[in-house]
Amino acid sequence: MPALLDKRLVFVTGKGGVGKSTVAIALGLLAARQGLRTIVVELASQERIQGLFDAEREQFREVELEPGLFTISIDPQQAMDEYLRVKAGTLGQALGSSRLFQAFAMATPGMRELLSIGKVWELAQLDRRTRGGAPYDLVIVDAPATGHGVGLLRTPKTFADIARVGPIAHQGRTIADTIADPEFTGVVAVATPEEMPVNETLALAEELARDELPLDLVIVNALYPARFEADEIAELTAALSRTRSKLARSALRAALSEHARAATQREQRDRLGTEVDGRLVELPYVFAEHLGVAELKVLTDALERAL
Amino acid sequence: MNVAEMLEGKRVCVCAGSGGVGKTTTSAAIALGMAARGAKVAVVTIDPANRLADALGLEQLGNEPRRVSRERLAAGPLEVRGELWAMMLDPKRTFDELIERIAPDPGRAEEIKANRVYRELSTAVSGSQELTAIAKLYELDQENEFDVLVLDTPPSRNALEFLDAPGRLNSFLEGKALKAFIKPTGVGFRVLGRGALPLLGGLRKITGIDLITDLSVFFGLLGDMTNDFSQRAAQVEQLLRADTTAFVLVTSAAREAVDEAIWFGERLASDGLPFAGVIVNRVHHDLLGDREPRELSAALARTLTPSLAGRVADNFRDYHVLATRDDQNLSRLATQLDSRRLLLVPQLDDDVHDIEGLARIHQYLFASQAERERLIEDLVA
Repeated sequence: MPALLDKRLVFVTGKGGVGKSTVAIALGLLAARQGLRTIVVELASQERIQGLFDAEREQFREVELEPGLFTISIDPQQAMDEYLRVKAGTLGQALGSSRLFQAFAMATPGMRELLSIGKVWELAQLDRRTRGGAPYDLVIVDAPATGHGVGLLRTPKTFADIARVGPIAHQGRTIADTIADPEFTGVVAVATPEEMPVNETLALAEELARDELPLDLVIVNALYPARFEADEIAELTAALSRTRSKLARSALRAALSEHARAATQREQRDRLGTEVDGRLVELPYVFAEHLGVAELKVLTDALERAL
Repeated sequence: MNVAEMLEGKRVCVCAGSGGVGKTTTSAAIALGMAARGAKVAVVTIDPANRLADALGLEQLGNEPRRVSRERLAAGPLEVRGELWAMMLDPKRTFDELIERIAPDPGRAEEIKANRVYRELSTAVSGSQELTAIAKLYELDQENEFDVLVLDTPPSRNALEFLDAPGRLNSFLEGKALKAFIKPTGVGFRVLGRGALPLLGGLRKITGIDLITDLSVFFGLLGDMTNDFSQRAAQVEQLLRADTTAFVLVTSAAREAVDEAIWFGERLASDGLPFAGVIVNRVHHDLLGDREPRELSAALARTLTPSLAGRVADNFRDYHVLATRDDQNLSRLATQLDSRRLLLVPQLDDDVHDIEGLARIHQYLFASQAERERLIEDLVA
């Protein structure tokens, strides 16, 4: 199996709030640093990545953030318009402008996901159907939260099975085959070292294995530094009862509190580590008021060392 | 303002927020607090952490609220005068039960449950969790066995999914859009009017004939039940808008979560849904105040070795960065939403996984203003 960044399509998934977008963009920065023409895809159409780089927020356009690093925010509606235009010509345009058809397509369960992933697939093709679209070496998808994440990867196959024959079935099967090809597609799970995110990541690993999809890498994000040894804790506790400085007491409390959290984090990391042996990468907690380009570079450096 | 005041005269409390902000724990702590004050409360949650589920005696089986026993509650420091009930939502089962309830006969219900389109939409697809969570809430409200219902909304990246997804799925089930193309008759269908023909042709060309056939069979099976879906959607909407319903936003103090809480708050306002307040978890309170970090180094040097003192100071500096960050985000939140309705819960040493932990969070949620100030003072001193 090729190394992660040698693949063409990488899905980054994980429970909400674990820093998926941050990891996706840090992976993108690393790929671009290695000379790959890379695009990071957002599916929630919130244009957060563009905000991170203070780029102008635009939907459904490939925006260059840095040399070699692009981003796009996919909106299912616009993905459908594009698909209809390319696939069905004037009839497609007629359908696209029919409000009834729009309502029907958008309400059909799973259709939004299918259209989004269809656009992702298109971005990963060397022969782009988007007029004037240049090919990418690597497409990184900031995928929805875990539960919906596997759903997203499964959508094309589901549609292929439901529709059986016809264009949707054909398209669905093509995309499903691409996703199932470990030479082409990779999956990265992001977790913070806490109980629920670790549970979800373990469940994800199982589900992916069941669907015979790859799980290339598990990233443990926001790991606190281990600042204190276990035998120093008694010293800190003793100092807390000794000192009369309010400020020193606050600082000692904060130290003890962080030590407790750091210890719990390491238990959770180890629980994850035993299950996904050899595929675990750690990223440090970033103590920053605002996550900007400088902080992203720190994470990119950490990924570069690990990959 | 505290949670008891926010929920004064309310029967339904919907806890909404983006993923990873402690929504499930907060919902359970709210339910515990209301039960402690004498109410009969049910909390409906979808995916609690294993240990918390164990602490509440939750099991996947049942799909109905079960009472949390006195023995379990006695493990915490709170005296519970009322009753705490809890349930873990099973979306697929809730969906099946909904079909069984509105189907004209059991045979039809079985046919629908075996239908491919139904199986797909009741399981794999996003939106079914949101729709069934609301359906369950509505049903429990109708049964009228509880004084207060607390709903922990399904985990999704985007909090707004909770408001948008059920509508999407419902409008599909109502079949309005499809009815324009085809008319379900029994289990077959016929094409409607000449105007619809080119569109139907296009639809076939794009989607494949089988999908259309499956869908029309599905809607044929649903028949008049589509009207029930419309009717229920309207009733659920009424419940969410009622004076006796309260939306509580749950967030952390991190920037993205706060952004999302603000969007959600604005959306509640524009939709005319009842906003009750915001609970901010994992807050790093400012421990430095107007003192100088130099004072800290001096004080630590008097009591610790230089190496240890240095690391305690480093830790404090990092903590203070987060406190400054939280402070900025919280003032943004307070300006955008009603600042009187902001309740802060500090970053705790450990994840909450038992009744005792819930009681600790409950302290911050139900404290009077004076008590809250004392709690924060304790953190600082």
